[in-house]
Amino acid sequence: MRVVLADYGAGNLRSVCSALARAGAEPVIAVDPEEVLSAPLAVVAGVGHAGAAAVGLGPLADALRGRAAAGRPVLGICVGMQLFFERSEEGGAGLGLLRGPVRRLRARTVPHMGWNTLDTLQPSTLLAGVDGADVYFAHSYAAEPEDEITTAVADHDGSIVAAVESGPLAGVQFHPERSGAAGARVLENALRWSRSA
Amino acid sequence: MVKKRLIACLDVAGGRVVKGVRFERLRDVGDPVELAERYSEVGVDELVFLDITASVEGREPLPALVERAAERLTIPFTVGGGIAGLEDARTLLQAGADKVAVNRAAFDDPALLTTLAAEFGSQAVVCAIDSRAGRVVTHGGRVPRESSAVDWAAAAVERGAGELLVTSIDTDGTRAGYDLELTGAIATTVAVPVIASGGAGESRHLADAFAAGAEAALVASIVHERPERVPELKAELRQAGWNLRS
Repeated sequence: MRVVLADYGAGNLRSVCSALARAGAEPVIAVDPEEVLSAPLAVVAGVGHAGAAAVGLGPLADALRGRAAAGRPVLGICVGMQLFFERSEEGGAGLGLLRGPVRRLRARTVPHMGWNTLDTLQPSTLLAGVDGADVYFAHSYAAEPEDEITTAVADHDGSIVAAVESGPLAGVQFHPERSGAAGARVLENALRWSRSA
Repeated sequence: MVKKRLIACLDVAGGRVVKGVRFERLRDVGDPVELAERYSEVGVDELVFLDITASVEGREPLPALVERAAERLTIPFTVGGGIAGLEDARTLLQAGADKVAVNRAAFDDPALLTTLAAEFGSQAVVCAIDSRAGRVVTHGGRVPRESSAVDWAAAAVERGAGELLVTSIDTDGTRAGYDLELTGAIATTVAVPVIASGGAGESRHLADAFAAGAEAALVASIVHERPERVPELKAELRQAGWNLRS
């Protein structure tokens, strides 16, 4: 299936692209809002600086809002997931599709960098088969959803939101493209989820 | 809890992986991406590609190699060596590197770390610090600089580095253990992850680095000769009570 990666200039799209291809998708990178709006699944990926990313999104922001309004699935990865929320302490407003802030981690060691165990809170298509698996995190900020949409957490001097799912929006704070077999499973699950969403 | 990491370092020169003692006497040990994939298979948690020719010969970094690695690897990797500024870093990150390691350019112009962190987030910015007898050295260890390694580490984090790769030139290649004094002094000073580098010979050395406060330990020669050593090392560390990815 065709998956469009929203290209906002700061992301590490090649890795996500390759990982989606391995998961059985036909990924394309797009800067055109129409393309982002119409694809069966859109992915907002990338490490990066949330402020820079929010600025970079530009016209793609409306396309992503349009998808959410129309109930078309969007998968956010790391900063891509953070952009779903209202505002980030790292700088800039998010898309405001989910309620809550993105705050700097309050842990002894920041960034939260490395492999950590996923603790799933409720069963979901996205996280099928990965409860208790180690996945790779690399972030200094994390979403703090106001609604009950958190589907997985990880522990780093306290609980960190690792995945959220709300209607057509799914977000993971970790990097499935860099999380070995468990990450591959999450991307395969995401394709399955997007077909049924 | 985030797991302690075993990171394999691939020193790259002229597109091949090489290993020397104290940055000298290099020998060819294989193709970078093939070796990287092999390490990923045997359970290495993360990889570092260091282009060690870059700062010696003024060569460009290796975006083509990075693209190939990004397409084939399913674990994170950092690229360093001769990154001179923002555009070099952008090229490598857009080629698919998860992080860039900046060494001399950051020491010469610490504001570069701030620029990189503002653009890519500090989680993508590794400051590589080479030390001899506790003092900063650059140019592959050949040029002593006017700073203690600990002072520079603290300043680098202040400027925006999200991780420190701390290499002791004194212990590098010796297989006699990491420089624990250096590793410990830096790890207790900064609040970002510290990667201990230089001198790994056996699992006890990695355990010592973790005990000194390192979040990760870099290995090179001991696994280049025998990648099967990786699962053995991890099993030994787990047996010693350290929490590593299985």
